[in-house]
Amino acid sequence: MNIQIKKYFYGDIPDDKSGGNIISKETKNDWPLWEIFIRSKQGLDHKHVGSLHAADAQMAIENARDVYTRRMEGVSIWVVQSKYIHATAPEEAGELFEPAEDKIYRHPTFYKLPDEVNQM
Amino acid sequence: MTVQDLEKIFLQKIENEIKIEPRDWMPDAYRKTNIRQISQHAHSEIVGMLPEGNWITRAPTLKRKAILLAKVQDEAGHGLYLYSATETLGITREETINDLHSGRAKYSSIFNYPTLTWADIGAIGWLVDGAAIMNQVMLTRTSYGPYARAMVRICKEESFHQRQGFEILLVLSRGSKEQKEMCQDAINRWWWPALMMFGPHDKESTHSDQSMKWKIKRKSNDELRQNFVDMIAEQIKVLGMKLPDEHLQWNEEKKHYDFGEINWEEFWNVVKGNGPCNKQRLDARRKAWEEGEWVREAAATYAEKRNKRQAAA
Repeated sequence: MNIQIKKYFYGDIPDDKSGGNIISKETKNDWPLWEIFIRSKQGLDHKHVGSLHAADAQMAIENARDVYTRRMEGVSIWVVQSKYIHATAPEEAGELFEPAEDKIYRHPTFYKLPDEVNQM
Repeated sequence: MTVQDLEKIFLQKIENEIKIEPRDWMPDAYRKTNIRQISQHAHSEIVGMLPEGNWITRAPTLKRKAILLAKVQDEAGHGLYLYSATETLGITREETINDLHSGRAKYSSIFNYPTLTWADIGAIGWLVDGAAIMNQVMLTRTSYGPYARAMVRICKEESFHQRQGFEILLVLSRGSKEQKEMCQDAINRWWWPALMMFGPHDKESTHSDQSMKWKIKRKSNDELRQNFVDMIAEQIKVLGMKLPDEHLQWNEEKKHYDFGEINWEEFWNVVKGNGPCNKQRLDARRKAWEEGEWVREAAATYAEKRNKRQAAA
């Protein structure tokens, strides 16, 4: 599947490939975009919560603390500059993820067992 | 793949309640509508800090001051969530903010009214945030993924805003004669502007129709306004106050409250920039932006220096 129309850019698309007809003007004082990940409590994964602009990593962490953890939402923060995140493209989704759809034998519910052992 | 095919896939997703994400193909008009709506929403949060900020130094007690500070800080956070969502559509933060400062982009007209007494802070929380919540709860199900996610976060935080507002009025409504009068006066002044927040009647709204088809909006302006009136007309009984509308009356047949007609001339006047505080609000935003220039420059220079030092080490 070949999609010709691309006019978005998000953190995960390199600057020179942002493409399309929306041109962003970057001035020297535009701080880069950072993606913010928060661990809500010990033992859980960091989860993506949003993004913000900051001059550097230190400032991104400080701002993330103010914006995303005002109500005890977190015990740890990761920040990653958005341009360093690589992602799959929507048009690849079929090719990548559809093959899993017909492999239902990978799920425990596929196997019918007698009641006596069904807790297995 | 042709544009027609892409549009078909897009509409199918909308039909099947699959969210649209930033990198998915979407029609230009869908993108533009979202940029307009989400950025206006962001501007409203930011400008909305101004009328309340007016009372931070004059809050009656330390407790009230701490609460108001927390609330205003929330609004700044809400502005940020929404600006970030706008950016995913391919417009920069700076462009968005320039549009506000040039007057091209709108923000909710409610913030062009002044906060004259402490009771206004209560009325804003109860009525203005109450009206905003009606909209925002609906928008947690909007079709554009980043907007919906921002709304979920905002709604979680916003319910404290409405409750603290009602509580301020509740205390006043049980106070001295002067406090009761102050409470009623604030309700009188904020009621109609709060109703205007839902926008023009459905038959006149230019954006609603397409937005409903694309599931950006899920309820019409009039529907949301009616829900709001029904809710407030009941809640005000607890305060023992009155809404300033002689036509307000329970309609047993419709199972809704009937209410009077909004002064649309006033509405359009404020939208067009002639409200009591339009100029003051925009001037304050521009001033904050211009006077913050050196901070932005210094932070960028400092970051650059630190990077160089780290690279050298």
